[in-house]
Amino acid sequence: MTNRMTLRFLSLAENVGLARVAVASLASQTRFSLQDVDEIKVAVSEAVSNAIIHGYLGKTDGWVQVDCLLDNSGLTVTVEDWGVGIEDVELARQPAYSRDPERMGLGFVFMESFMHGLTVESIPGQGTRVEMRRLVTISGELSRDAQ
Amino acid sequence: MTILHTVLGPRIVVAVNGDLDLKTAQPLRDALDQLIDRYPDKNLLLDLAEVDFVDSSGIGVILGRYRKLTERHRTMSLAGVKPALRTVLELAGIFSIIAVVDSPVRKEAEQ
Repeated sequence: MTNRMTLRFLSLAENVGLARVAVASLASQTRFSLQDVDEIKVAVSEAVSNAIIHGYLGKTDGWVQVDCLLDNSGLTVTVEDWGVGIEDVELARQPAYSRDPERMGLGFVFMESFMHGLTVESIPGQGTRVEMRRLVTISGELSRDAQ
Repeated sequence: MTILHTVLGPRIVVAVNGDLDLKTAQPLRDALDQLIDRYPDKNLLLDLAEVDFVDSSGIGVILGRYRKLTERHRTMSLAGVKPALRTVLELAGIFSIIAVVDSPVRKEAEQ
């Protein structure tokens, strides 16, 4: 089975929940465990929050787009914004790096911990694209489809 | 999100209902800061029994209040942590600095 979903919404904090619930609902169509889906929700929440906070710096009229591809081996989620971009992606991905002292720099830590692969592409002044893939696992092992 | 508080002995018990994310972080931060200031000699117990989701925005609020209270020689603890939240809180290192206790409100209600 292959399924696709595209969501496009304004850079409002309210839409972080919308995005993670929609992606979780799609993820539930394949053999992810409840814990897998919970972890996917956190990763999506972090990527969309980053787009809103860091991409658009709190402006609420920017677009955020979430594209999902679901197949038997797993789920690929792409979160894209057309905001200010990231000057130094490697630095931004460092644990504990954050421009906001209360966010603790945990966003990328959660994305990297909960997904099986994370790519960040950013062009300053043009925007950022985060692609994450979560593979279906059975008792912690990758399923045959995914190998 | 709803935030209910009660003062029980030396603690302010705050029961949160809802997801802790970018949308709810600021109202929760403001509510907790107000309570911390209003009861300057009390410790804080955050009851998460009705919370199904926490991300780094929510963890920022928890750790920020922990720091604030510690600076004032007060403590913070958590109650009612659901299994769905454990991995995130564990990864953030919460359990090594903040105690998890039974919910006193829930205990009283059950009796």
